[in-house]
Amino acid sequence: MPVKRQVKFAVGIGVIVVSMAFLAWLGYGESKTYYHTIAELSELQGNARSHRLRVGGTVEPGSIHRLPGRVEFVLLGEGKSLPVSYVGSDPLPDTFVDKSQALVEGSLAKNGSFVAEQVQAKCASKYEAAPTAGPPAKSAQTGAESEQRSSTM
Amino acid sequence: MDVFGSFALLLAFVCAIYAFVGGIFAVRTRHPLLVKSARQAGMATCGLIFIATFSLVYLFFSDSYWVAYVVAHSNRDLATFYKIAALWSGQEGSLLFWSFLLAIYVFSALFAYRNKNGELMPYVGVVLAGVQIFFLTLNNFVASPFKVLATSGANGALEIFTRADGNGLTPLLQYPEMVIHPPNLYSGYTGFTIPFAFALGALLARYPGEKWIHLTRKWTMIAWCFQTAGVLLGAHWAYAVLGWGGYWGWDPVENASLLPWLTGTAFLHSVMMQEKRGMMKVWNVWLVFLTFMLCILGTTLTRSGIVSSVHAFAQSSIGNWFVGFLALILVVCFVAYVKNRDYLKSENQLDAIVSRESSFLFNNLILLVSCVAVLSGTLFPVFSEWLSGSRISVGAPFFNKVNIPIGLLLLFLTGVGPLLAWRKTSADSLKRNFGWPSVFSLAMGVIVFALGFHEFYSLICLVLCVFVATTILMEFYRGARVIRARSGASFASSAVDLTMRNTRRYGGYIVHMGMVLIFVGLAGAAFNKDVQKEMQIGSTIQIGRYNLLLQSFESKPEKNYTAERMVVEVMRDNKPLMMLYPERRFFQTNQESGTMVAIYSTLRDDLYVVYAGQSPETQTPVIHAYLNPLVKWIWLGGAIVVLGTIVTLLPNRRSVLVFSTAEQPAKALPISAGLTPSATLREGHD
Repeated sequence: MPVKRQVKFAVGIGVIVVSMAFLAWLGYGESKTYYHTIAELSELQGNARSHRLRVGGTVEPGSIHRLPGRVEFVLLGEGKSLPVSYVGSDPLPDTFVDKSQALVEGSLAKNGSFVAEQVQAKCASKYEAAPTAGPPAKSAQTGAESEQRSSTM
Repeated sequence: MDVFGSFALLLAFVCAIYAFVGGIFAVRTRHPLLVKSARQAGMATCGLIFIATFSLVYLFFSDSYWVAYVVAHSNRDLATFYKIAALWSGQEGSLLFWSFLLAIYVFSALFAYRNKNGELMPYVGVVLAGVQIFFLTLNNFVASPFKVLATSGANGALEIFTRADGNGLTPLLQYPEMVIHPPNLYSGYTGFTIPFAFALGALLARYPGEKWIHLTRKWTMIAWCFQTAGVLLGAHWAYAVLGWGGYWGWDPVENASLLPWLTGTAFLHSVMMQEKRGMMKVWNVWLVFLTFMLCILGTTLTRSGIVSSVHAFAQSSIGNWFVGFLALILVVCFVAYVKNRDYLKSENQLDAIVSRESSFLFNNLILLVSCVAVLSGTLFPVFSEWLSGSRISVGAPFFNKVNIPIGLLLLFLTGVGPLLAWRKTSADSLKRNFGWPSVFSLAMGVIVFALGFHEFYSLICLVLCVFVATTILMEFYRGARVIRARSGASFASSAVDLTMRNTRRYGGYIVHMGMVLIFVGLAGAAFNKDVQKEMQIGSTIQIGRYNLLLQSFESKPEKNYTAERMVVEVMRDNKPLMMLYPERRFFQTNQESGTMVAIYSTLRDDLYVVYAGQSPETQTPVIHAYLNPLVKWIWLGGAIVVLGTIVTLLPNRRSVLVFSTAEQPAKALPISAGLTPSATLREGHD
């Protein structure tokens, strides 16, 4: 292939790849979310506290309080607890109940509590009801099938 | 039956090993009897997997609550329909189901080519057996669906323990889509094994020519068709069931199903370069390898929770098996490629930038860029943890930023590519093919812009949709006009005739048309609206041109669950239209609840109504209504894509014998009645 034509193709390919990479970088900056455990949250310093954060834990039984405009609950994990205030507009998923595993996304408030914009939850109760002799406890299901989201993605 | 099933699985494992080892010897020695026995062992493997799967289905239907898997996923009240779906609702069963579908493909391939392609098939058989061994290992030794419940008996020995009833199926899975979506998606995932086996087999055998391409194109189309249907049914399930108002959330599992679709689509296009011009051979082989690896990766992500585990959800050790298998495939493919790369030498080069070849090149490039973006976004938490120690995930903005422009570029190429000539396209033909479509679509763009349609991407998308649809319709029109001039048949039947004479080309256009409709639907997402309100009985809420009036609110026990239901009257332009019943169900058996969305769907928009629970302090029910424009076009487009794919798989019709009833006069003479069915021979001319 003549050099001139090769250059044309290379430029075409280059433009596409570079512009897509640029867009990807923009999207990354806009949506990157740091995952932390509840225990790690208290040790975060400075800048890291202002990142968009994602935290997982178990919903403390009896802690869910539905208030006007928000839902408050407490997440437990590694012996620590985290008060969460869900302010998203979508209804919480059906699987969000006491003792369910929940994943919240949002940011840390100044007082150390967590302001969540999204909540995902996976129900754990079903597996506890199974007899211990059988293996159903490990029946991990596909993410999309058993998790529900409550977000406006 | 559980013993029977697990024994069949074990025997299948043994047969697969024989097919693999015997196959390798057959390839080495070329002994005809050995070749035959390896092939038959391969078929026997499939038969045994069928038996095992039917055993599990039988266990579900016979309510065998001593089998752990049945206990976990079924109960006596479960409808028959969903007892089938229960088969693939958990880890063990869905892996068996994978093996089952793979067995259908393997059996068909081995059987169809039993007396053909003698040089190639032994290699293909070895690769297929290799893949089957992996899945049978999981079925037998890692995640057996036939485990029974055991309890310590009086004398300390283990006894089989039977439960009175099962735990029931997760309500989220009790929807009709969940019965057809997984089989479709899995048929896609497993189906790409056949092209993979042919590509790897042909490379190892240094099989001459492009024959393997012809052999695998159809298999790829079948797998691709299922994959497309599976992805869209999954989106529809997410839309109709999860109740969050959307159909695609860039969830890892959704992304996993999209990845092989992207590379598979790229392959179906670039394969034409190899067929027609002997180019892109290395690229094609690697695309097939990559597609298969992405299918395995997709299964991994779905089954293991590697990515979800970063989200702190339960993980299972099965992921390690898959990662190991992926690494093994990569090594095998790489070694096979390095050893035989001289066999893949290109015969031609790119000639011009405005040519069919270059449109395929760019099509492949952007599909691959999209694939890389989706893949890296999905696996970002895993990689970032490896590289920097902190787990970072990316969300919808990342995926949308890259994939929306890519989608639009692809849409553009969909219109342009098929009409460019091979090698070099003249300015004249550009004008002839694209003159009217460009004028028409730009005029359309200006008009809707003037009407106040200012959403940038949606506007571009609409213009491109009109452009592509016009080019496709013009192609049908031109072809049909020629046929009509000769046969005098109606325009519609000339177009059908045209399609049947060159199914591959016109079926392809139908697929493209379906994609256009899907894009029309996607463009609607920019105009989604939603409102949420606490509703007293008799109060109304307005969204778009609809008014919703809450007539009553009730709590009602049903057989398997209790339902809280809103009775909502829908009025359009202040005229009563219909009733909607959004509800929430509470299932007693497993203490779970499920939202039932009520949707009123038209071509213009979907009214999507969710009962969002009761307000905590006032106990009044809360309604969440969405207005999603054009969503129906996506499902419609999907159906057309599937239809088009089926058309491309049909053989071309050349000359056809058509029996048609001759036109009779109003009062038929007795003698002519016996003569009416007259045979007319229509000749094909192309």
